[in-house]
Amino acid sequence: MIAFFQDPTVQIAFWGLVKIVVILFVMLGIVAYLTFFERKIAGHIQSRPGPNLVGPWGLFQPFADILKLFLKEEFIPARANKILFHIAPILAVTPALTSFAVVPIGPNFIVTDVNVGLLVFLAMSSLGVYALALAGWSSNNKYALLGGLRSAAQMISYELALGLSTIGVILLAGSLSLVDIVHAQSGTLPFGPLALPRWFVFTQPVAFVIFLICAFAETNRAPFDLPEGESELVGGFHTEYSSMKWAMFFLGEYMNMLTISSITVTLFLGGWNGPWLPESLQFLWFFGKLFALIFLFMWVRWTFPRLRYDQLMAFGWKVLLPIALLNVLATGAAVYWVGNR
Amino acid sequence: MITVLFVAFAAILVVSSLLVILHRNPLTSALFLVLAFCSLAAIYLLLHAEFIGLVQVVVYAGAIMVLFLFVIMYLNLGHDVESGVTLALRRGLGWLLGAVLVAEGALLITGRLAPGPATPQALTAAAAAAPGNTQQVGLLLYSRYLFPFEITSIILLVAMIGAIVIARGLREPAPAEAPAGSAPVTAAAPEEAPGEDA
Repeated sequence: MIAFFQDPTVQIAFWGLVKIVVILFVMLGIVAYLTFFERKIAGHIQSRPGPNLVGPWGLFQPFADILKLFLKEEFIPARANKILFHIAPILAVTPALTSFAVVPIGPNFIVTDVNVGLLVFLAMSSLGVYALALAGWSSNNKYALLGGLRSAAQMISYELALGLSTIGVILLAGSLSLVDIVHAQSGTLPFGPLALPRWFVFTQPVAFVIFLICAFAETNRAPFDLPEGESELVGGFHTEYSSMKWAMFFLGEYMNMLTISSITVTLFLGGWNGPWLPESLQFLWFFGKLFALIFLFMWVRWTFPRLRYDQLMAFGWKVLLPIALLNVLATGAAVYWVGNR
Repeated sequence: MITVLFVAFAAILVVSSLLVILHRNPLTSALFLVLAFCSLAAIYLLLHAEFIGLVQVVVYAGAIMVLFLFVIMYLNLGHDVESGVTLALRRGLGWLLGAVLVAEGALLITGRLAPGPATPQALTAAAAAAPGNTQQVGLLLYSRYLFPFEITSIILLVAMIGAIVIARGLREPAPAEAPAGSAPVTAAAPEEAPGEDA
């Protein structure tokens, strides 16, 4: 028995599982409280208190919400495609959770450092489209179908610019591994009399802005939340969903926001790098930057109006994509010039 | 362990590929094709071809199949209700071509004519020295296989331009002083382009 546990393969598998379970529950906990923060921030922006009755400062609100959702009646439309109707909510959550396997939270806390970590994230985010498209199609409802088609078109369009904007970072870091990318951002960058941290947001500002805009579009959040535009499509792709299946889409949206924010932190904001803290506590920097970015997501949602659909498509294809391509070209030329000077 | 995983993913791959052609509902067929692509990617990963495996998911499962799904949803295709001589002819041709393919495969396997994995000599010295799979693919692509790579990109470019021309040719030329009406048309044109990349 002891010999079995001392086997290195078993050790790797065991500690891998422990890390997966820890990350899974931490992320689910964070997501539950993100809904609370969203409502608090929305309340603050709209000059009202927000949820404040369940527990001190309304802190137990997420538990009340979950309980309520579990007890709701579950309804499936009569002519829906039952199998796909069940699969779609699962597909909404799993890809976002899977990406967390490659996110480096701290110097010693990452589930697995694969040498193509960034591609894992891109692959998983590209699979997220299926959930929305299938949910819209299987509900057998015209509003849901329109919402699903819109979301699929939107995600495909913005994925290109998203992928291209990461190429500048890859060129500078010389690796697709997210741990290597974080390591490449340690140290400082001389900038006149100041010393900036060597984060890629300073060397790749254009890519950062493109990535951030695409992140809003990929997570289907305002100002790009057309797939679920209430004023024209009722609830969008999840119109027909109720109870915990509806909650899964909600969970998926927040999980996607968390995933894409942590990838932004890793790629552009230096990951766990930061001053003053010892190495064992550097993960606090990661979480600090992560929550600052998530606050930005919520701030934007409650302050900006929604785009019109053709504006959204034209912006993605005619503005973001060419700029991202030019950025790749300029970064490539700069890397070549610096390397051959 | 690796063998168990390989057998599992190979079984999923074979079953889902069969279901792609055997299922009557086009949408379900397309979804089984996605599953087939994903299990193929898993087999690439087991062979330590991480780059190819994940690009397989990004390009085929994540982009091209979504566009297929799109078309199926837009056309609202139901069950395959076609019948008569056309269908019989198509089925017959399918069986014939399938039989030829199976015979070819059997011949290749029994005669050991199938090329094995690339030998170390096939890699250039620079690529062999590079660390990691992605670098090796990149170095080979831009040295030994540069010409096929460029030809492929030109073919894709031609297909893209062709798609735009076809998409625009279907509509009446918009009057010059109607920017509001022509905006959705121009927005739709590049949208069709990646579909032709397939």
